[in-house]
Amino acid sequence: MMKRIPRGEIDRLFAALAGMQKLYIPADDPSGQARFTPWAEGMALTQRLNTARSAKDLFFPQVENLVGFKVTGKQIEMIETRDPLEDFILFGVRACDLRGFEILDSVFLSDPVDTYYQSRRQHATVVTLACSRPEETCFCGNFGIDPAEPGGDVSCWLTEDSLCWRANTEKGEALTAALPFLEDGGEDAAQAQREAVREIAARLPLNRLDLSAFGPGKTQALFNRPEWKRLSEACLGCGTCTFVCPTCQCYDIEEFNDGETVRRFRCWDSCMYSDFTQMSAGQPRPTQLERFRQRFMHKLVYYPDNNDGAFGCVGCGRCLQKCPIHMNIVKVVKTLGGDGA
Amino acid sequence: MMRDPLIPAVGVVTKIRVDTPDVKTFRVVGLDGKKPFEHIPGQCAMLSVPGVGEALFSITSSPTEPDFLEFSIKKCGCVTDWLHAMDEGQQVTLRGPYGNGFPVDTDFAGKDLVFVAGGIGLAPLHSVINYCRHYRDRYGRIDIVYGSRSKQDLVDYQEILDTWCNEDGINVHLTIDREQPDWDGHVGFVPNYVKELGFDTSSTVVMCGPPIMIKFTLAGLMELGFARETIYTTLELRMKCALGKCGRCNIGSKYVCKDGPVFRFDQLDELPDEY
Repeated sequence: MMKRIPRGEIDRLFAALAGMQKLYIPADDPSGQARFTPWAEGMALTQRLNTARSAKDLFFPQVENLVGFKVTGKQIEMIETRDPLEDFILFGVRACDLRGFEILDSVFLSDPVDTYYQSRRQHATVVTLACSRPEETCFCGNFGIDPAEPGGDVSCWLTEDSLCWRANTEKGEALTAALPFLEDGGEDAAQAQREAVREIAARLPLNRLDLSAFGPGKTQALFNRPEWKRLSEACLGCGTCTFVCPTCQCYDIEEFNDGETVRRFRCWDSCMYSDFTQMSAGQPRPTQLERFRQRFMHKLVYYPDNNDGAFGCVGCGRCLQKCPIHMNIVKVVKTLGGDGA
Repeated sequence: MMRDPLIPAVGVVTKIRVDTPDVKTFRVVGLDGKKPFEHIPGQCAMLSVPGVGEALFSITSSPTEPDFLEFSIKKCGCVTDWLHAMDEGQQVTLRGPYGNGFPVDTDFAGKDLVFVAGGIGLAPLHSVINYCRHYRDRYGRIDIVYGSRSKQDLVDYQEILDTWCNEDGINVHLTIDREQPDWDGHVGFVPNYVKELGFDTSSTVVMCGPPIMIKFTLAGLMELGFARETIYTTLELRMKCALGKCGRCNIGSKYVCKDGPVFRFDQLDELPDEY
């Protein structure tokens, strides 16, 4: 059932949520970029459409301890170094990032389950926030994502005068039950916003890409296309696209020896980097062309091959905004796809 | 400690055998003195020395070996340098087994088998060969073509001489790249030797070695009339997780760590040429 709180009282909602569990909201950092931040008294929701980095950080942190070792002579002792976790509420997740979680789930929660990721997922209550002003870099509509109707444990709509709140799951119901000041109502306002947002989304310039050239079984047709050379030529291999991407999940496992303990940790890695596949015996992706191709083939063909046709992109537009040479998945799709642009 | 597939177990290296100037074979057991886990021939395991790193290796011993796992390892990088420098009694960590392994009980059953190996490429085949020797009556004729740069570079040479060469129905064909004084066997490259020997095209071929050997041996087998569906190989790419999640060992849509490392050539034909 839809509930609402006057927009002016949103701090009251945040204070109540933060009183129950650690609460993260998208807020501006001193540089003016939005990021998911632990809420504190006086912190305001960002006016920006989305955070600079995706919400994946909360489930798949950039660096994470796996296990430690104490090495004494020939003996090895294993030490627990797992970060302690507590329940938390992730407020303000957009529909695109929520789909990102589902894509990460398909990787980390498939057999054998990654228990580090799984624990963080289990500790979280995800409160989504419908988009009110999709931007021209948004293209989630290509992937069947409705920015006006996000899922999660709770869905919210921020209208002119209200925050509308609807629980979708048991976790969401439990949260709602602890917020007695929420009033019934708000469905009409939410519905008006849904319609307005869908109208904007339908007019967005990148929301009607022709993806028919991509998807399962398209490897042979796409892999040796000559256009990869031109597309990848200016790529710096900086990896920014992979770091801001809500679905990029490649990781490295490294160790740090502080003299007493060896800490084995994992950290984000990028297929855009030259040492990603470097072996002592050779390098299967010797130039940036192969690395660039890997990233886009993974999103557009390999992932769909292994996941019933679902694409590994959510159309959040972060890579469009952040790439220093203005190359991105939309240009790849347009160049290799039906448009032939 | 909460178990995660990325968390290894501690094991002990109980025996180190020097095979060649740059290959040693390491025998590993668990802290309880027993074999750490069961496996299928062709599967791999992650070995690590904390502080140095973790790397994936073929399990060289046969699953029929009840008491331990063995790994024949060539010295060629950080982790392998360290392994080569250590002494018996050293503890290491290991996790596994990983990968699909060879279809020893299905596709291979009842077939004549031709093993073709070059250099350290014998390591993954050693497990299969000894498994097939153990269950000898399940397979037809067995031929082993094995070549290396020199006699000193033949891995498992003593075992080959003492056991493989002395068993009925197993034909060992050794070759080295160049003539040398204490060698009266065949001299020449593996691909040419395979063509010279010529095999019945109803045989199943299992091949592992340097890419250049694979390429020319495959071409030779095609000339002899073999079908790509009957030729198997095992691949190696850089890996971190070995669980199909860290994202670096894929060839197209297939991950070498979980969909491989064993592939037939008709399967590889479907994948992009990026390995």
